[in-house]
Order: sequence, then C-alpha cells, then structure tokens
Amino acid sequence: MSMQIENLSYVYGEGTAFEKKALDNVNLELPDGQFIGVIGHTGSGKSTLIQHLNGLLRATHGKIYYNGEDIYREGYDMRGLRSKVGLVFQYPEHQLFEVDVFTDVCFGPKNQGLPKEEVEARALEALHQAGLKEKHYRKSPFELSGGQKRRAAIAGILAMHPEVLVLDEPTAGLDPKGRDEILEQIARLHRERNITVLLVSHSMEDVAKYVDRILVMDDGKIMFDDVPKRVFHHYQELEKIGLAAPQVTYVVKALEAKGWKIDTDATTVEEARSAVLRALGR
Amino acid sequence: MLRDITLGQYYPGNSVIHKLDPRTKLVGTLTFIISLFLFRSFAGYLAAALFLAVIIRISGVPFKFMVRGLKSIMILLSITMVFNLFLTPGTPVLVFWKLQITREGIAQAAFMAMRLVMLIIGSTVMTLTTTPNHLTDGMEKGLAPLKKLRVPVHEVAMMMSIALRFIPILMEETDKIMKAQMARGADFESGGLVKKAKSLVPLLVPLFISAFRRANDLAMAMEARGYRGGDGRTKMKPLIYQKRDYRAYLLMLAYLVCIVLIGKVSPV
Amino acid sequence: MGIIEGSGLVYEYRKYGEDGEIAAVTRAVDGVSLDVKRGDFVAILGHNGSGKSTLAKHINAILTPDEGTLYVDGMDTSEEKNLWNVRQSAGMVFQNPDNQIIGTVVEEDVGFGPENMGISTEEIWERVEESLKCVGMWAYRKKSPNKLSGGQKQRVAIAGVVAMHPKCIVLDEPTAMLDPTGRKEVIRTVRALNQVEDVTVLLITHYMEEVIYADKVLVMDEGKVVMQGTPREIFSQVEQLQKYRLDVPQVTLLAHELKKAGLPVPDGVLTVDELVEELCRCK
Repeated sequence: MSMQIENLSYVYGEGTAFEKKALDNVNLELPDGQFIGVIGHTGSGKSTLIQHLNGLLRATHGKIYYNGEDIYREGYDMRGLRSKVGLVFQYPEHQLFEVDVFTDVCFGPKNQGLPKEEVEARALEALHQAGLKEKHYRKSPFELSGGQKRRAAIAGILAMHPEVLVLDEPTAGLDPKGRDEILEQIARLHRERNITVLLVSHSMEDVAKYVDRILVMDDGKIMFDDVPKRVFHHYQELEKIGLAAPQVTYVVKALEAKGWKIDTDATTVEEARSAVLRALGR
Repeated sequence: MLRDITLGQYYPGNSVIHKLDPRTKLVGTLTFIISLFLFRSFAGYLAAALFLAVIIRISGVPFKFMVRGLKSIMILLSITMVFNLFLTPGTPVLVFWKLQITREGIAQAAFMAMRLVMLIIGSTVMTLTTTPNHLTDGMEKGLAPLKKLRVPVHEVAMMMSIALRFIPILMEETDKIMKAQMARGADFESGGLVKKAKSLVPLLVPLFISAFRRANDLAMAMEARGYRGGDGRTKMKPLIYQKRDYRAYLLMLAYLVCIVLIGKVSPV
Repeated sequence: MGIIEGSGLVYEYRKYGEDGEIAAVTRAVDGVSLDVKRGDFVAILGHNGSGKSTLAKHINAILTPDEGTLYVDGMDTSEEKNLWNVRQSAGMVFQNPDNQIIGTVVEEDVGFGPENMGISTEEIWERVEESLKCVGMWAYRKKSPNKLSGGQKQRVAIAGVVAMHPKCIVLDEPTAMLDPTGRKEVIRTVRALNQVEDVTVLLITHYMEEVIYADKVLVMDEGKVVMQGTPREIFSQVEQLQKYRLDVPQVTLLAHELKKAGLPVPDGVLTVDELVEELCRCK
C-alpha cells in the first residue's frame, strides 16, 4: 500500500497577485507501515501536502501514485482513495454534526456504501480503538469533553478502515495528559493494525518519542527526511526555521561541548538518561 | 470560490477616496446607484461608466479586485441575458429592425446587465476603500437622528461591523469543514436537489455551532474590554467633514445634474 | 493589600432541566483563596476542566463568585457599581485569537477598549501607539487581523488590553492555539510587560515551559488550589504534578530521573544550562 510522490508542486491562486508556491517540487516515498512525523512551522506547506494525499487538493505539477496507480489518471476512483487515506484535520471535533457520537462515526462508512450491519460494526470497533468509553456512544457530541470529542472525531475516520492514517496536529489544544493519551492510542493503532501513520505536529518532543522517520518542511520543500536522531543533529538549522530539537538533545550537545565523551543521539528523556549515566561510567 | 466575495475586504490605500468621510461615500454610492435608473440611453451609460472609471482610477485599487465581486452575480447576470435572447425569435438583424419590442428586449437585457455590473462595482469601490468599521461609523452617525425614534442605530451598526469582520473567517471555516466531510466520503456535488440539500447538513450543523461559539467568545471579549453599548463611547476616528468631502458632494451634484440632463436630452 | 485578593471563592455551573429545575451542579471553583501582589507574575496551572479558566473569568468580573469575596484593586467584584472599573483594572486576554479581535484593522481593534472608556480622541491615539509599540506590532497597525499569524494576533489582543492601562492582565491560555514560535512571541511579550511596564500578570496555561519565569505558581485540580510556590518548588515535585495530569519540561524530568539513578542533582532544575552545570559538577 505504498505511496510515491513525484515532483509535486502546488501554487495557490496561480496568475493572481496572491500567487504563492505552497509546495515546491516535493519527492517522497511512503512505504507501508511506517510511522512518520511531519514537522514545520505554520505556513511551511505541511497542511497543503497532506491534503494532496487523499486528493482534496490537486497538484499544479507532479504526480502521486497510490499502490502504483496514478491518482490523477482519468477515471481514477478519488472517493475510493479518500477512504483508503484517512485524513484527520486539525480540531476534528469541529466537524461532528450528528445527534449522537455513534451515528456520527457511522457517517464515513455509510458514505462508502456499506450495508447497515457492517457500518455499525465498524463504528463500534472504531470507537473502541479510539479509546472512547462505551457510556459516551449514545451521547450528543456536544456533551463530551474536548479530549473525548477529539477521540470521537478520530473514530469517524478509523471506521472507514484507512490503510494510511494522516493526522494534522491531533493534540492541539489538549492538556498534557490528554495529549499523551491520544498519542499512545495512535501508536497502538499503528502497532496493531500495521497501518501507515503520518503525524503532523509542532512538538518535537512528541514526535521524537513515537515516529520512525521525520519529514521537516520549510517553505514548501522537504528540508530533512531521516530518522529522528539524525534530523535533530541539525538542531541549529532547525532553529533557523522556527523549530527546535527536543530539550534533552540540547543537554547532551552542551555536555559534549564541555568536553564530555557522550552519545549525542538522545532525543527522549529515557535515551538522555542512559547516555548521561553511560558517560559517567555508571 | 466562496472566498472570492470581496465584501468587507478592505484594500489599504492612501487615496482621496480612502480618506473621504464614510458618510460622503455612502451618499455617493447611493447617488450613483440612483443615477443608474435615471437614464435609458447609451450616452447615459457612457457617462456613468466614465464617472465610475475615474473614481476607480483615483482610488488606486487594482481593477481586478472590483471584478472579483462580480463573479457572485455572474449566474444572475447570464440568466438575465440568456432569457432575453431566448425570447427573441428569428434572425437578430431582422428582428432588431422590425420588431420594436424585441429590440427593446435586447437593449433592456444589455442595459440591465450593465446596470447590475456598475451597481456592484460601484458599491465594491466603497467597501474596498472604507474599513467596515469606518463604514458602520458612517452609517451610525448618518442615521443618528433615527435614535430619537428608538431605532437601535448603534447596535445595528456594531452588528454589521462584526458580521463584516467574521465573513472571511466563516468562509474559510466553511471550506475547512467541507474538506473534512469530504475526507469522510461526503459528496456535495452529485444527486438531485433533495439529495444535495440533505448533503449540506454535515456542513451547516458544524458551521452554525462554530458561529455560535465564536459569537459567545466575542461577546465575552467585548464585555471584558468594557463594552456596554453606544452611550458614553468616544471615537478613535471621529467623523468630521473635511474640505475634500464638500468638494466630493459638489462633484456628486454635478454628476447628478449631468445624468439628469442626459436623461432628458436623449430619452432612449 | 494585594491587587487581587480572593477568599473562599466558590463558583458552580448549573445545568437546568426541561422544567427549569436544576438538573446538575458542577462546582468549577471550590474554595479558592488567592493573594496577588502588585507587580507579581503569577502562573496558574491545571489540566482542562480543573477550574482555572473559571477562576480567571472572576478576576475580570465576567463571572462573580457564588460564595466568598474577591477584591480587585480594592473593589469588590460582586458589586454592580464596580463592574466597569474592575474590567478596566484587570484586562483579559482569551485563548482564541480570532474570537477576541473586534476591529477589522489592527489599530482600530486596539482602540476599541479606550473608546469604551470614553477618553478623548487624542489620548486614544496616544494609547494605541504606545501599546502597539509595547507589543512590537506598531509596524502592522494598518493590517487586517486576518492576515496575521496566531502569535501576532495574540499580541494585538494584548495591546488592546494594554491600551486600557490596566493594573493587572489576566491571560487565559493565550498560547493554547499557537505554534511554538507564536508561543514564544506571546510569552516574551508578557514577560516584558511585567518587567518593564510593571503590570501584574496572571497567566493561565498548561504549558510548563511558560511558567518557569513566574514569581509564583499555583496548581489547580478539581476547582481547588492544590500546590503553590515558586517554579522551582513546584517542579521539584514531579510525581505530584503528574498526578494532576500535568507534565514537567524535559530537562526537569531528566534531572529527576538522574537523581533517582543516584546522581547528586538537585530537585526542580528548570533550564538546560542549569542541568549542564550541575552535571559537570558530578564528573
């Protein structure tokens, strides 16, 4: 279920005074089952990029292949693609509209034209996977807390059984505990269903903890595309584009600068702890 | 598409038109709109178009911004045109010369279209050169005498100004919700009228909820900043007529006289 | 006397049933007392639903306590006649930058508060200029707020409050919807306001990095103040904080972990430099 992106460019308002290149010759390969973090400041093109993956935006130039098939080919099943590449927008709870949570989650699979039993079975399964407690299923979405609404909205996408799950800042506005819970849930989904996950985030700390690979975007281009520790070696370049490495990376780098013989790959507290202890010979 | 509506999209500038008192501009726009119905001749349209062109030129706002507002009435416009042409039997030239009524029909269609276009562009000039707040200030002050009749002039003006500020935000939100529902397989395009109307529910419900939430937040923010209605408020940009406003009124009068004269001299 | 003095504050949200009877009562603020000194920078931490925002809305008299008393600059907020003076003394900045900007041009928005106060046109302009310069947004005064970034919008909102010359500013999660750059901008502005202009600041947040410069930190949970002290004192209690659904900055956590592993690192380390210095001493 891999995806290839070739020379993708997207220009907003081509030919007007507001012309802006939101994506500039992006080349990517998204193999099956990876957990990928997409990072960049606001306006770096990351939201534009992910909207191309399920065909909501159509590239000005370039190609996208899903399972080897050109999605811009005449007669390509775009609606089919949208159910295979599930896109969870920022503040997804703002799209809830049904009388109760369960019915809302049914919306996606119903649009796929599935029989009623299948729709309901999928909705139940998705709500469970999103970690929403059963007592909330029949409540109005507006009676739920922020974190619960977010789960309900994510379930709405999961119920469509996507092969690729794209989440745009799924933790925005949540408190630390809510954030950890959602991220854990996503990580578990990735493990259990072995789907490809693209996580768009501002927080290096969050991303470093979970993903196999990081894409750093700036000015519509992919600036870095590597495993987390190697991306964070470029912390000075990251700072220039308004980003930063996790705090612990700065600790180990500073220690190295003070003459310590220390492994500077650490990106999580756990890794930094062992690196420091090892350097001290403990 | 939805975002193309230029209403409430102020185009910053420093032209005389920008600096005019909003009351002057309101009266001017009104005068211009009325003037469009005072003549029925080509010369009249030429004069009005010329006047509008000069105003646009002075305002310094690129013409394409004016035209963008037209897109929203394009359908109405084309229906008017097609409707009239459709009712014209035979070859146009023949009909044009033989049948007085049909000729008027075509002329009516063309003139109506021109009127509509100029009407929209004329009001767009006002909204592009006046900040919505300034505009509502103008209305508030211009209509102040109505307060004595218990008309809530300030409140209406404030509501309009807020509506104008939130139109672009809600447009963007509409776009976002639409995309989010499309990602869940929603189909806004195909199907008959009933199906289409039904398909709007997933868009409209979240949109209304969001609008209410924003209204609630905004009301709180306004209260927190000491807002308590129009009484006792002072103005950051008080409206005081300048010399240029008097000149503008003179110009308007001159224009109106011209149009009336043209209307008299060349009736059709 | 402190600028904000509250004792035994209680506030309840009531949900009404179909016949107008009270169906459910949620106690959002439950017996909170607080005392903020003039010029202080106080941070209030708590997870979503801990009651911190409800408390914040009391200080600006958007809400008034069901029980207890709250004095802002010596004025009882429960008294109707004080309402407008309280709102002028304690300005408020909210979470969503879009929903608190009224003006369609930056400078007009900043002028909104002073206009409500009924001061003269010249003075409004002076205040608008001074406050926009104070938050570093003077260059954007003619811009539409819709064209600004989230951080810039929040700075405009702050300027709008500053223009009212309040003695105290309450910021209710001003950074929750911003990206890291915007967050930094806003916090820098708030700190400058506190240090340079000597405005009392009450910052409500759940981002721990933002409170390390505060003079005092309060932690709220279930409507009560459950911890208070200097940032260092608060951050020394890592487990306690986690219990209240909060987390600590990575360095603080790392220091805590290293201490548990037997290194002589003190509690409540707040910055990278501090930790590096301590670790070098261990070598």
